[in-house]
Amino acid sequence: MASVLINVPARAKRGEVIEIKTLISHVMETGFRRTQLGALIPRDIIKQFVCTYNGTEIFRAELHPAIAANPFIVFSTVATESGTLAFHWTGDAGFSVKESAAIVVE
Amino acid sequence: MELTLIDKLIRFVVHVSVAAAWATALPVLAFVGEIPPAERRSGYDFMSRETRAMQDDDTANPGLLWVLEGEALWKRKVGSAGRACADCHGEARERMKGVAARYPAFDPARVRPINLEQRINLCRTDQQAAAPLAYESRELLALTAYVTRQSRGLPIEVGTDPRTRPFLDAGGAAFQRRQGQLNLACYQCHNDHWGRRLAGNVIPQGHPTGYPLYRLEWQGLGSLQRRLRNCLVGMRAEPYEYGAPELVDLELFLMWRARGMTIDAPGVRP
Repeated sequence: MASVLINVPARAKRGEVIEIKTLISHVMETGFRRTQLGALIPRDIIKQFVCTYNGTEIFRAELHPAIAANPFIVFSTVATESGTLAFHWTGDAGFSVKESAAIVVE
Repeated sequence: MELTLIDKLIRFVVHVSVAAAWATALPVLAFVGEIPPAERRSGYDFMSRETRAMQDDDTANPGLLWVLEGEALWKRKVGSAGRACADCHGEARERMKGVAARYPAFDPARVRPINLEQRINLCRTDQQAAAPLAYESRELLALTAYVTRQSRGLPIEVGTDPRTRPFLDAGGAAFQRRQGQLNLACYQCHNDHWGRRLAGNVIPQGHPTGYPLYRLEWQGLGSLQRRLRNCLVGMRAEPYEYGAPELVDLELFLMWRARGMTIDAPGVRP
């Protein structure tokens, strides 16, 4: 199971720009490396990250083999209403992790 | 020459404080070129502002991912004894506080100091009847990181046990010994030339305050022994195996050398 660290402010004022930080544990194996015996190590990366805010997509990122292990993604959005921020990482070998965080907008 | 009263007073104070130091601080090792206590600095201080910010923010520090895993492992029942770490030790936040700051510590059964990884594995084999974890395995690093995390901000207290003295001396001798094809000793970089550059990198003083730590170069968490083996390879010396007594002695010496400095694990290093 992949561990995830998410930092979303618990409270924000309406219209305020908030910063969201996410960190997920993942090897991000490039698919270009070989073992000592010469066998290719299959690619194993996160391919996509999507964040939705009360069901509306607010951020999407495509990840590629050159991105380091344990991707740390920081982005910002405008706090419009109280609700849930949902995060979804998908990748090779059926990798799929979902997390969510609540926010109260005053 | 007549001594002035001030001179006499200074000599008396020095005499008394030296005597006091001998009486209280047990291993009084004196090395040429040793860094004075006030000038000791963690590797953290030599890093860029960005990397420091990464270490300080608990949602940006990737080492915390291992701490999270360690917390889960702490509560998981393993081995044929069906016991979790938490079943004997209870709440790690209280019971493991300051423990990592005292390791490597003397183990009476083995008649020598052992490091935290070895202590965890001894607990696994003796108390949980489980197979020991491999050095640098994700699980062992996670448990070590979780236990060490409970000592964050606490001062290192190593070398107070008289039984560790011969091993401390052996570690100190290894620190001073020239080795490898480059014929280098640890002290030449870390005592004599810290703060200067080796290729593009600043040479730190070599205080193990942040281990196990996340190196951006490794893209993962690593133990102090991994770092020491790295250094040995860099000196073109044959690295010792993980868990070798020579490495534990050196760990013991380095922790003693950093005594009083605070633990800031899991650290982040470039």
